[in-house]
Amino acid sequence: MKVSLKWLKDYVDVDIPAQELAERLTMAGLEVESLEEKRADFRGVVVARILSVKQHPDADKLHLCEVSIGEKTLPIVCGAPNVREGTLVPLATVGATIPGGYTIKLTTLRGQVSEGMLCSEEELGIGSDNTGILILPEGLTPGTPLDEALDLTDVVLDVGVTPNRSDCLSIVGIAREVAAITGKTLRYPEIEVPESDEDVAGVTSVTILDPDLCPQYTARIVRNIAIRPSPLWMRQRLEAVGLRAINNVVDITNFVMLELGQPLHAFDFRFLEEGRIVVRKAREGEIFVSLDEKERMLKDGTLLICDGVKPVAIAGIMGGLNSEVKEDTSMVLLESAYFQPGSIRRSSRFLGMGTDAAFRFERGIDPEGVVRALDRATRLMAEMADGVSCRGYVDAHPLRVEQAVDIPLRISRVNDILGTSLAEGEIVPILESLQMKVRRTGEGHGGTYRVTPPSCRVDITREIDLIEEVARLHGYDRIPVTLPAIAAKPFAPDPRRLVEDRMRVLLNGYGYSEIITYSFVTPGSADVLGLGPEDFRRRMLRIANPLTEDQSVMRTALVFSLLKTMLDNVNTGNLDLKLFEIGKVFHPREGSDLPDEKDRVGGLLTGRRYEDRWHFTSVQSDFYDLKGCLEGVLEGLGIRGADFRVRSSEPFLHPGRSCDVFHGDRLLGFLGEVHPDVLARMDLKNRAMVFELDVDALSSVATRDLQFRGVPRYPSSSRDVAFLVATGTTSGEMIRWAAAEQEELVETIYVFDVYAGKGIPGGMKSIGLRFSYRASDRTLTDQEIQDVHSRIVERIMAASGARIR
Amino acid sequence: MKDDLEGIKKQAEAEMATAASEEELLEIRTRYLGRKGVLTGLLRTIASVPAADRPAFGKRLNEVKEELDGQIEAALQGMLSSARERALLAETIDVTLPGRVVLPGRLHPLTRVKQEIYSIFSGLGFSIVEGPEVETDYYNFEALNIPKDHPARDMQDTFYVEGNVVLRTHTSPVQIRTMERMKPPVRILSPGRVYRPDSDVSHTPMFHQVEGLLVDRHITLGDLKGVLTSFLTQFFGENTVLRFRPSFFPFTEPSAEVDIRCVMCRGAGCRVCKQSGWLEILGSGMVDPEVFKNVGYDPEEVTGFAFGLGVERMTMLKYGINDIRLFFENDARFLEQFG
Repeated sequence: MKVSLKWLKDYVDVDIPAQELAERLTMAGLEVESLEEKRADFRGVVVARILSVKQHPDADKLHLCEVSIGEKTLPIVCGAPNVREGTLVPLATVGATIPGGYTIKLTTLRGQVSEGMLCSEEELGIGSDNTGILILPEGLTPGTPLDEALDLTDVVLDVGVTPNRSDCLSIVGIAREVAAITGKTLRYPEIEVPESDEDVAGVTSVTILDPDLCPQYTARIVRNIAIRPSPLWMRQRLEAVGLRAINNVVDITNFVMLELGQPLHAFDFRFLEEGRIVVRKAREGEIFVSLDEKERMLKDGTLLICDGVKPVAIAGIMGGLNSEVKEDTSMVLLESAYFQPGSIRRSSRFLGMGTDAAFRFERGIDPEGVVRALDRATRLMAEMADGVSCRGYVDAHPLRVEQAVDIPLRISRVNDILGTSLAEGEIVPILESLQMKVRRTGEGHGGTYRVTPPSCRVDITREIDLIEEVARLHGYDRIPVTLPAIAAKPFAPDPRRLVEDRMRVLLNGYGYSEIITYSFVTPGSADVLGLGPEDFRRRMLRIANPLTEDQSVMRTALVFSLLKTMLDNVNTGNLDLKLFEIGKVFHPREGSDLPDEKDRVGGLLTGRRYEDRWHFTSVQSDFYDLKGCLEGVLEGLGIRGADFRVRSSEPFLHPGRSCDVFHGDRLLGFLGEVHPDVLARMDLKNRAMVFELDVDALSSVATRDLQFRGVPRYPSSSRDVAFLVATGTTSGEMIRWAAAEQEELVETIYVFDVYAGKGIPGGMKSIGLRFSYRASDRTLTDQEIQDVHSRIVERIMAASGARIR
Repeated sequence: MKDDLEGIKKQAEAEMATAASEEELLEIRTRYLGRKGVLTGLLRTIASVPAADRPAFGKRLNEVKEELDGQIEAALQGMLSSARERALLAETIDVTLPGRVVLPGRLHPLTRVKQEIYSIFSGLGFSIVEGPEVETDYYNFEALNIPKDHPARDMQDTFYVEGNVVLRTHTSPVQIRTMERMKPPVRILSPGRVYRPDSDVSHTPMFHQVEGLLVDRHITLGDLKGVLTSFLTQFFGENTVLRFRPSFFPFTEPSAEVDIRCVMCRGAGCRVCKQSGWLEILGSGMVDPEVFKNVGYDPEEVTGFAFGLGVERMTMLKYGINDIRLFFENDARFLEQFG
């Protein structure tokens, strides 16, 4: 809300610098977001009186004027249609500068000398009227610099009004706060209305069909209106706070809204059929053309202001084109009403019409201020538009708007909440400075009170609201700084968080950097990943109002986000990537509003294994790099015996280079090279490996309780065997066969060599296994080792058909 | 004879000094000290020495023999160690060549800052609790005293799913879920992703919040100031200047916005603080009695405070990052700066 300091001073004295006022408002909860100093954008312009006006001998549209600037009289040539003898006008003298960087020079116009220029308000940058020169109010002294004469300096504060403070959506409201903060007195504007003898009841009537939505509707009839521009002081005030001046009647309704916070509307009475007002709800699909000339399709429930026949305004939001005040309007019906905030809010949201009026109504206006604003505007119409008001006003007031009265307040409670030790004598004056009525009711609790806030403070209904007011005006900076005793017992961290934190450390160690991507993706990601029609991950939670289609569904896997990040990086030249993300995926659930949210860890590897340096040839990373990393990570999580099962069924993985990761029967996730079709669909050229693991599953199998097993004291002994097997045989199978029967002397079995090619028959390969044997209580003899070893080797050969090479 | 002996010694020493190799030294040893060597030969002539001189001659002879033997041995050792030195020098490598480094990966800057925030608050006795990112309107709004058709809803634009389901706009629903589940005292920190439809240099449709809640008997606004002052001075440094000013949040009352003196210009006014000299850093307040009623706490029995901060904003200020979108573009050249 923009506040002109000059305007503010109409209602309260401000004797501190604007900067300090801004500071104090901010510290009282009315944050001043900016402070703009306004001053005249011209130099050398003075007040001048036109002494005489004569027709230019050689130009129809020009006049020759004699103007006085006090000590001197100057000849001026002027082309404005409204130049008149005797009026006070602004004169830009020779050497003056006016907005736009113009400097006034001595000129000769068709043979006549002009020692300056008479200016319009537009030319001076103080208004938008360019139809003629600015006629200044009487009482100014010719020769006075214009900026002094008109007091054009001002400061405009932009105050961030929080949604609870509807009372501060007006200049008087801000003035009320300023008065409370600075201890000054608030001055209300003049509202006494001169009236004619004609009874308003004989001219119009108001019928409210939906009192819930419109508890009060008041109206006055003003005749004899002369539409013209508003006086400069009003235009300046409106324009200072960002409103365009239109004509006196419209300006008055805007002015009073800004002054008092009560939105008003003036209807041209000519266009009100049957000369009366009916307030009713719209019918679904009803069409209405608002003032801004837009056709609006209304919804059932939108409150309308109608005449005897048709709608003439959308209540509390915008008037209609059909009853707009025009150049020739002479009689208006002035509306001031209270509309139910929720209803206005629903309608203004639905219609997308966030008007100044709607903004105020939906936050709740002062229920006691309806008539005051009606009268204030009527008075201004009398002053500025020759308006003559009928006697009295129509006041349809079917419902009383609830207001808080006698809110109980305990002094002890104030101090308990704030941590202060304020005395009654400090608290009561604060409340009174905010125009609250405070009544002492008892001695208990350090003093008990009943407090009635002013009607404009619709936000104050409870004791806590009063306590906040005390805190706000006492000053947050004066609240003592204390630390509470620790009574709450910290609880054990969620085991899943421990897994995630450990994962981060481990993956960082393996060179993987953490990324964070949006949880929403494009629905097209399912097709990019080639998910089958029955794949549960095709069922995605859809956002009703996404910013873009690319961010319109909640992801059901991390892979797409990883690949998208790869693509973005590849496009900027980062080809070697080791990335991981820890985040949620979302699966809609039958019979539940909320989806199943699963924590996942995903990673991606692409590009060269090492940086291209002197000691590494540029080897591309492959499946085994990522698998090795995962083996290490799982080991680091205390997950022993993870089982990498051949061929993952994931459609986005290479069928020959992927696997599922199990622990026992528990699926932990998948790992593999990305399917070339997926890469092609994403326009990616380089191979990439990805994995995804489920954090719940990891956390359920991660060992946290470790048991020391002792360090072996006796030596181990190993035997190497190279088996010749069919190409399709996996080393995993061979080790499983070897370990099929528990042999207690076997310590480890691992692959030390894989070879195919020269010396190996076609369709075969050689797998070298190293068997290590050890007993915990003795050194094994050759014979003992040989016994076990032969049994194992035979078992492998029997199971696989392998030969020894 | 005695003169011969000294002459031989000098001679041998001279030869040793010019010996260029191990072989020459060994040859010198053989020639002088060997069984058929010069000194041995001299010993054989002892008979020709007058009897009275014999003991002295013999003694001297042995001395010379030992001296020479020692000298040759030392010369041999010296020669050996310089040969070893030469051999090692021949193995010299360029130690300035880069090592076989596998650089560690980096934590996302937001994670780094979150971890720092956790660690400070865990020192203040807070425990971490998390909640769902897709929420019901009830938990995200209504239980937090933000009714439907209330202008306070304008403070947070919302992504809607369907029916009464939204993407949570703040981590505050976790407060409600936690209080519904446990009795006071409560001292929790709830971090996580939140969502609001907004996208420009300072807004992304997804961002991170950390929300704190402390409920107990006799908790005051002064305690709120104390805890947040302690946090902010640990996070931004001992000399951080703070101010608490009144604000509005539907679920707290009184509410306070907390500003720090601008870390860029130290209050002089700059682009980052929009010339105000202050930076809004977190929102906070005393838990509104309505919220306590919604979770079945008695506001006459317990009081508490809540606060919420944006992790992105804290991170941007901490590292001088000027565009929030960088966090989610995940450009490797951005990520690698946070080692």
